[in-house]
Amino acid sequence: MTLKFTEDHEWVKLEGDTATVGITPHAAEQLGDVVFVELPDKGKAFSQNDDMAVVESVKAASDVYAPISGEILEVNNDIVDAPEKVNEDPAGAAWFVKIKPSDVSELDKLMDEAAYKEFIG
Amino acid sequence: MSEEKTDLKKLPLHDLHVELGGRMVPFAGYEMPVQYPLGVMKEHLHVREKAGLFDVSHMGQCFLKTREVEHGSAEAHKKVAAAIETLVPGEIAKLKEGRIRYSLLLNDMGGIEDDLMITHMPGDNYQGWLYLVVNAAVKEQDFALLKEKLGDRAELDVKTDLALLALQGPKAADILVSLGVDVAEMPFMSANVAQMDDIWFFISRCGYTGEDGFEISVHDHQAEAVARKLLAHQDVEAIGLGARDSLRLEAGLCLYGHDMTAKETPVEANLTFALGKRRRAEGGFPGADRILSQLSAKPEKMRVGIKPSGRAPAREGTEIQNMDGVRIGEITSGGFGPTFEAPVAMGYVDIDHADVGAAVQLMIRGKAVPAEVAEMPFVPQRYYRGK
Repeated sequence: MTLKFTEDHEWVKLEGDTATVGITPHAAEQLGDVVFVELPDKGKAFSQNDDMAVVESVKAASDVYAPISGEILEVNNDIVDAPEKVNEDPAGAAWFVKIKPSDVSELDKLMDEAAYKEFIG
Repeated sequence: MSEEKTDLKKLPLHDLHVELGGRMVPFAGYEMPVQYPLGVMKEHLHVREKAGLFDVSHMGQCFLKTREVEHGSAEAHKKVAAAIETLVPGEIAKLKEGRIRYSLLLNDMGGIEDDLMITHMPGDNYQGWLYLVVNAAVKEQDFALLKEKLGDRAELDVKTDLALLALQGPKAADILVSLGVDVAEMPFMSANVAQMDDIWFFISRCGYTGEDGFEISVHDHQAEAVARKLLAHQDVEAIGLGARDSLRLEAGLCLYGHDMTAKETPVEANLTFALGKRRRAEGGFPGADRILSQLSAKPEKMRVGIKPSGRAPAREGTEIQNMDGVRIGEITSGGFGPTFEAPVAMGYVDIDHADVGAAVQLMIRGKAVPAEVAEMPFVPQRYYRGK
């Protein structure tokens, strides 16, 4: 298992051939109460850093970027139906998508947990 | 508009906001709390259920005092009312002592320079005085306009040493009464002097949330004592700008500079209730010809409520189209309504699409989202009209 973080506050967890993606607790806190989530269609392919999903709080909309290139295997419709879950458990149950990575070496460019913690201060 | 943090002015209660964990952001030239640790959603719901305290000291407060006769008579009120009526379309002459009127500062084209609250000051000594509260973002230009247009007729006394605290929500009156402030019988849109312990202030029963509530104008050095006393009540939470915006949007209330600007008339902005009956008959306010002809012949566009289908909020700037994909207007305010439990918005549409129920579509991130023109307010207003 590899857990990495982007400067845009996504987390990506690689287990076997599947990368699970979500937003960090720091991002969720900064956004405030999430009221809307838009996820990509299953089967769609993204390159690293493409905008892939949208998350909106009461006040503002933010893009969620693909932390790794690949194809969408699965999306978490629970957070579409109940966006508040993003605030409740952003690092766990409120994952956004599962991606089949096309190049796992892209993860090397991302931060590990210690580096991310330093990044957000 | 970018604002350097160093240029920002601080509110009299700045340190209290920081102490309460407020997240401070630039707004209208001030550092203001956008939310507290409770968060926008819970703050919003708390105001609808109980009561919330807002610091709105950034707003412009001033007195307009007639120069034409001595203060303290009915004649003096007539004079100051006649002066301001040259700039606003509301009935001020017949506004009773201690009553407040929502009105609009107009330019010569009939466009809205600002919206404001005008109070006929209560008390014999203050006849000939009006108390005005204007928007923070345009207060300097409002004051300049008032001075330029009314300088010979009335003196503008801009107050820079007054804070303004708003206590809003269904429990607001009970809370104030429990603290010894005698407001129980005040009707909505009335004002008076009152006191809490040994602090005197000027209190108005009005607000910007759609709920019953009060605005307390108090000397800045006494504001913290009043705020702390209110916050100590179990039913009161501090509320930031984020919830202030979602509350007023659900209540269908305009935000100046967004839902109306110097380009829109009161008719286009759907604020015809602010045009006094006598004023409609007599005219005599800026842009009266245009405004009165729009009243009889309909304007080309109008501000309406918009209810997007689904959950995606439609933000300011979102294009509104008819069902054939032709642009018919734009969203001017939009977000998620925590009480309405769905997205809410307002915007301008061509008059042909301005009827409640009209089907439109919104271009959100390149996709057409169905929506309809909706009745406002989205959440019923609950003002206290007296027993």
